[in-house]
Amino acid sequence: MKISGAEILIESLKKEGVDTVFGMPGGVVLQIFDVLYNEKDLKFILTRHEQGAAHAADGYARAKGRPGVALVTSGPGATNTVTAIANAHMDSIPLIVITGQVASRMIGNDAFQEADIVGITRPCTKYNFLVKSVDELAMTIKEAFYIASTGRPGPVLLDIPKDISGARADFEYPEKVSLRSYNPTYYGNKWQIKQAAQAIMKAKRPVIYAGGGVILSNASDELKELAEINKIPVTLTLMGLGGFPGTHPLFLGMLGMHGTYAANMSIHDSDLVIAIGSRFDDRVTGKVSEFAPKAKFIHIDIDPTNIRKNIHVDIPIVGDVKNVLMELNKEIRMIEENKNQLIKEREPWYSQVKEWEKEHPLTYKKSNKIIKPQYVIEKIYEQSGGDAIVASDVGQHQMWVAQYFKFDRPRTSITSGGLGTMGFGLPAAIGAQFACPDKLVFNVAGDGSFQMNLQELATIAINKLPIKIAIINNGCLGMVRQWQELFFSQHYSGSILNTIPDFVKLAEAYGIKGLRAKSPSEVEAVIKEAISTDGPVLMDFIVDPGENVFPMVPAGGGNAEMIFGEPAKVEKGKAIAKKEKKNSVLPA
Amino acid sequence: MQHIISILVENKFGVLSRVAGLFSGRGFNIESISVGTTMDASTSQITIVTKGDERIIEQIIKQLNKLIDVIKVVDLSEKDYIVREAALIKIHTSRSEDRSEALRITEIFRARVVDSTPTSYTIEITGDENKIDAILNLLRPLGIKEIVRTGKIAIAREDMKVPAIQEVKKLRA
Repeated sequence: MKISGAEILIESLKKEGVDTVFGMPGGVVLQIFDVLYNEKDLKFILTRHEQGAAHAADGYARAKGRPGVALVTSGPGATNTVTAIANAHMDSIPLIVITGQVASRMIGNDAFQEADIVGITRPCTKYNFLVKSVDELAMTIKEAFYIASTGRPGPVLLDIPKDISGARADFEYPEKVSLRSYNPTYYGNKWQIKQAAQAIMKAKRPVIYAGGGVILSNASDELKELAEINKIPVTLTLMGLGGFPGTHPLFLGMLGMHGTYAANMSIHDSDLVIAIGSRFDDRVTGKVSEFAPKAKFIHIDIDPTNIRKNIHVDIPIVGDVKNVLMELNKEIRMIEENKNQLIKEREPWYSQVKEWEKEHPLTYKKSNKIIKPQYVIEKIYEQSGGDAIVASDVGQHQMWVAQYFKFDRPRTSITSGGLGTMGFGLPAAIGAQFACPDKLVFNVAGDGSFQMNLQELATIAINKLPIKIAIINNGCLGMVRQWQELFFSQHYSGSILNTIPDFVKLAEAYGIKGLRAKSPSEVEAVIKEAISTDGPVLMDFIVDPGENVFPMVPAGGGNAEMIFGEPAKVEKGKAIAKKEKKNSVLPA
Repeated sequence: MQHIISILVENKFGVLSRVAGLFSGRGFNIESISVGTTMDASTSQITIVTKGDERIIEQIIKQLNKLIDVIKVVDLSEKDYIVREAALIKIHTSRSEDRSEALRITEIFRARVVDSTPTSYTIEITGDENKIDAILNLLRPLGIKEIVRTGKIAIAREDMKVPAIQEVKKLRA
């Protein structure tokens, strides 16, 4: 029996195990929405903007570990997803974006709501398809899911012309897919793994630097095992947070531009850096020539292009992180006889690391007059017992979440790492809450980021999602303001937002409970009330507008040249002491 | 250093743009590019001449391999290979001595005259870059009207397994 392309699409999505689709309708996808009208097994979530839909699908994918799906119309509907697609691409998130397209015979005619979305998204998708015949639709969907979720995952866009969703074909969902030109390497080279094991068993000052690949390949247990077998300190990238327990004694904190002193110094003095599922991003390495200058590098990654892209690697291992770590741990256990001796030889290293941790722990100047943003994050961590998914936006608050929320489990830190997309947090929290309906989900946002996709409050209200939104409200684009304070003579050009709107009233306009804390003494009570409330709550924390994220490695600097907040410190003779803030930006 | 990279791809629409887009998006350089079908109608062969240090060439090859539609990438510069390009050269030949000079040059280079009018010849030549540059230098004094050059195509030489032949090859080289 022949069914329509629209029906084939929906049936295929169900075969792929999709239970939720985020999106917005429009002219050329009406056939598809007509099929959704009577659909029981597939939940369609109407967002208020296509960017919100694609970010929600992304958040869903990050929390659940399965591809997220967004469905939008042609032209502006499609182009509105581009930022979200680029965001997923940078962070290797499996995402399926289905866009409607004008009818095949109209393509290229500048038809109404036509955009060459396949052309536009070519460089920011892992792959994209323009479906040319209804007969190939099912196979194309199968390929799309296969490409998005295997190897180094990523977004795949499917552009479906209107006539294809209307045309009819026999439907049989393909069981298998194989592409002769796409064969990711899953198992690491045995000889290289042996080399790596030997290097690890010889290193006196080893450190593990792991990233998002650990989470994508579900390898946090294997990572923990590697770290614990012979006591190797671990630092994580922003994308890696949760991949190794944040409360583990071997955890050094995040590294890089806003990383901890202990993490950056450990890398700097290390003789062996074990990079796992991480790509030596510039926010991590700082000045490349000064990144771990004394170290040999082992680099484990499924994507060969990541290896030797930014840094010379001594022992590259291409493969799935989980598989490689399983092999590597086995190999290390085989040469374990000198383990105790080794750990003894590493004693000076461990005590050095401890010393760095003591020397400059993460800290901020506490206040009982004005709310310090770090204090809010600490309280959220404390009140949630650390057992929450935190979708953060981008900017200062994002770094404070990374520093002060100790993520113990993978897929609980949801953040836009590579692209740094403001406006990601709120829709991503929506996706995460749909993926994990029973989990406590926070969206920690800045007042700037929040306003970039605040229309999704409607999606939260209508679906009664119990998301707790915490706005770290400093009345400015904090990270921009911080750079202007430190490097642009306090010229606060274009970075002041003037504490508008009234977020509590805004929440109430959407039928969402709004709470505000203006003084430190109110913070805990507000968070408690939010957590104990059924349904969504928006918390507006009026924080110190002049607070900066420290430590900090100035862009282009080496990681050992960190700037600290008060009290002014001079490190390595190069650090810049924090300037006194004379012209406070905003009335507190 | 110049590298000739031979890329076997799926013969689908949009593939050339993926390959070219990769080069422009990552700031790699394309000196010449040529595309054609192969014996198998489902694949195409792209030959790209590019420049870069070892690290860049390694990235180019890895990034090309990462493209979903790319089946095989070979850096021919690591092997013994044959490279050819073609050119069509239109020259002025109003004076009769120019006509005979042009024919002499054509013959020396084993090129061919493929179109002729009372005042012009169009010459077809294939060869490596040096050969084409050389004929152009000789023809230039006659007055070149127009030149069209192709990108390079290249193919690896068949492996010669017999050691004796390899010796001969070395001697010839």
